[in-house]
Amino acid sequence: MKLLKHYIKSFLFLELLKGMSVTGRYLFARKITVQYPEEKTPMSPRFRGLHAQRRYANGEERCIACKLCEAVCPALAITIDVTERDDGTRRTSRYDIDLFKCIYCGFCEEACPVDAIVETEIFEYHFENRGENIMTKDKLLAIGDKYEVQIAAAKAADAPYR
Amino acid sequence: MTEELVTFTVNGQELKAPKGSMLIKATDAADIRIPRFCYHDKLSVAASCRMCLVDVEKAPKPMPACATPVMEGMVVQTRSPRAIAAQKSVMEFLLINHPLDCPICDQGGECELQDVAMGYGGDVSQYSDIKRVVFDKDIGPLIATELTRCIQCTRCVRFGEEIAGMRELGATDRGDRLVIGTFIEKSVDSEMSGNAIDVCPVGALTAKPSRFSARAWEMMQHPGIAPHDAVGSNVFIHTIHGKVLRVVPRDNEAINEVWISDRDRFSYQGLYAEDRLAVPMVKQGHEWVESDWDNALQLAVEGLQAIVKNDSAKQLGAWTSPSATLEEQYLLQKLMRAMGSGNIDHRLRQADFSDQDAAPVMPWLGQSIENIEALDAALLVGSHVRKDQPMIAHRLRKAAIHNKAAISFINPRRFDWHFPVAHECATDMLADLAAVAKAAFELASTPVPAHLADVVNAAAVNDTHRQLASDLQQAENSSVMLGDMAHHHPQFAAIRKLADALAKQTASHLAYLSEGANSGGAWLAGAVPHRGVAGSDAIKGMTFGEMLANPCRALITLNIEPEYDALHGADALAAAKRADFVVAISSYVTDNIKSYADVILPLAMFTETSGTYVNAEGVWQGFKGASVAVGESRPGWKILRVMGNLLDLDGFDYVSSEDVKDELKQQCQDIQLNNSVECTQPVQVAKTTGLQRIGDVPLYAVDALVRRATQLQKTTDAQQNAARINARQATASGVADSDKVKVKQGEVHSYLKLIIDEAIPDNCVWVSAAVHDTLSLGPVFGTIELEKV
Repeated sequence: MKLLKHYIKSFLFLELLKGMSVTGRYLFARKITVQYPEEKTPMSPRFRGLHAQRRYANGEERCIACKLCEAVCPALAITIDVTERDDGTRRTSRYDIDLFKCIYCGFCEEACPVDAIVETEIFEYHFENRGENIMTKDKLLAIGDKYEVQIAAAKAADAPYR
Repeated sequence: MTEELVTFTVNGQELKAPKGSMLIKATDAADIRIPRFCYHDKLSVAASCRMCLVDVEKAPKPMPACATPVMEGMVVQTRSPRAIAAQKSVMEFLLINHPLDCPICDQGGECELQDVAMGYGGDVSQYSDIKRVVFDKDIGPLIATELTRCIQCTRCVRFGEEIAGMRELGATDRGDRLVIGTFIEKSVDSEMSGNAIDVCPVGALTAKPSRFSARAWEMMQHPGIAPHDAVGSNVFIHTIHGKVLRVVPRDNEAINEVWISDRDRFSYQGLYAEDRLAVPMVKQGHEWVESDWDNALQLAVEGLQAIVKNDSAKQLGAWTSPSATLEEQYLLQKLMRAMGSGNIDHRLRQADFSDQDAAPVMPWLGQSIENIEALDAALLVGSHVRKDQPMIAHRLRKAAIHNKAAISFINPRRFDWHFPVAHECATDMLADLAAVAKAAFELASTPVPAHLADVVNAAAVNDTHRQLASDLQQAENSSVMLGDMAHHHPQFAAIRKLADALAKQTASHLAYLSEGANSGGAWLAGAVPHRGVAGSDAIKGMTFGEMLANPCRALITLNIEPEYDALHGADALAAAKRADFVVAISSYVTDNIKSYADVILPLAMFTETSGTYVNAEGVWQGFKGASVAVGESRPGWKILRVMGNLLDLDGFDYVSSEDVKDELKQQCQDIQLNNSVECTQPVQVAKTTGLQRIGDVPLYAVDALVRRATQLQKTTDAQQNAARINARQATASGVADSDKVKVKQGEVHSYLKLIIDEAIPDNCVWVSAAVHDTLSLGPVFGTIELEKV
């Protein structure tokens, strides 16, 4: 009986037809391929791309050098030196993220008590020389300044779920 | 001690504790954790924070464990629903006004409030009003305040009153308006004020020098020994990336309890001073060039050998710091004696060497440090103990307050003390001491020993002297202590003999409060010219005083700046300059070192080297290197070992500093510490005439490290660039307060500001040594002239 079933299936190409039907279904379905870089996929506000440091509206940097991001970073990619600025506030004198070490886990962003370090939606970047992989404080602040609108929008979109 | 013990149960565990003792003490001993803020083991009970509430059976409400005495049959629950609810509510109350600034708080990560809030607090606060804000106060260069964070536990206030003995911090207002501060605008000047930082459970008081420099979790902790006084306080050294960031106390009940002095706490700043030497330097012609170790050591060794060969080994001298490690002292004397010279000394601030053969093998405290708080009477001769040895002063304070001990002083002037003082003589140290000795002999009707007869019989005894003698005589446990100023006195030998006679007569412990962290070790290691290791016979040489009078042609200096560290700085500097060849093993390079040295070898010190210090009670305390040495500097024992090898001397093949210590320890096995002076050489007292200089070495000027600790140098205690006289003397000398005066000592002079100070006796001018403006002057005791400019 089992043998008979096997022969009927084989001669009628049932499995082949089953397979072809999947192919056929996708032939006429809506395409999901995007023509990167002309087209891009939608992005979650929680996307974790290139890092940035933010400022307050009055232009003051947010980072207070609490070193929580440095402590939480599982890849030890963050290096911070602290100093007391002339006005007596606690600030970083050095804030480096080594992008070769970073695993984009987003823990730094989670740990930050003042939302200073964030991961933006930027994921298209490259380095041409050694050393460019180190994101210094100036570079991070520059990115933050440039994309503040986008960062703020992403934060606002995510806020209800936190 | 037989104390009545009571039995009670805590969390079902049966405990025993002395009747009347507080519950929290018993639970701490049994490792049952009860949260607390205001309770501190060494301070009085305030019971103000209410964090330690526990559930006591049959009590109508939860009781504070810190203020509840244990009773027979008591049943206590620390984690019952009622106790937990009470602790949670208290925590919520405490957090009402506490700011949420943990990320920028230096205490963050080692904060008792954080820990207890995590362990015993709730999740949310019901409070939604405005939090209070308290403005910060500037209380000096050592402690940073952030008073909004204060939870009003008043530990700092109680520390000031009960331990530091200065009511500098206080609490004003009440309830949630209670504010900690100095009553009037002033800085906190206690010599152990830094401990307030440790007792503060939150970040309201933090260390200013290390403010905002690292978080608690980044630092590595290494045990160490403080290098400034004869107590050898146990410390923890906290480092980050090999650099010392702060020093905190390490508990050792027998030595420093849980405290350390500010000098021990903040002196680490000197490690990273601008003039720290990073690489060996050699002199080529008149130019100084940086060199490598091979070349510098070779030049050093060749220079020494040339002098020994062309002249004699007797032309070789060595001056070592009393704070150098035991290993350094031992190897230096071994090197010197192996080359054939005994000219080595660490007693740079001693003026009188005449009775050195009668000196004990190691001058020591004559008792344990713990015994000091059990004293019934003590007489301190020439000691500003509070500033010179803050931890000894703390023990004396305990004796004076808890034991009602009669603590008296014979000093060249009066000082401010932080405990009740029975008697204070402040005229002429030698005459006062002789008078007390005379009174003691009269009291017991014993004949005066022949060698002291002249000086004792000449003494004029007054009632104070008699009182003092009878205090010592009547006390069961008493001590006569010789301090720094006694050692600096030009008639130290006479003082020592009188003190010894007085101590023997009154059955007191004779104690030396010696300078530096390791002067005891220096005696054991043989870093004295007249004795070898452990008091044995060895090649004899010149004392430091003789080396100044007959300068050697070749000199090795170990971690000293002669102009500051010698009693007669100007003379010492001149003697060093007259030497043909000087090897300076030094952590710093200054113009003065360059003016006399030919080779400067960078020395790793304090936290950077391993070694041993022998403290005043004779305890050998070893330590390991905790931080990375600056530049290419090397530990002293390694430098001296290699010099020994290059000089082809036997017995310099050590692998570690422990090897050196073990070799020395072997030879010190049979030493019985005994301060008794067996010398019957008659005492001659020279009469002094005219205006006399008196002075001390201020506490923040004692060694090269602390002189470079920038924050300590900003304290009130460090401001000693002045001449002080009393008003009568000022009128007699024709000078007035705040005048600029010319102070002349023999050929040399200096210009100082004059301060009128009634603590200074007549005919005396108080001018501290080892501070910048007084370097050119002569020794601290001597004739002086005062002129208005």
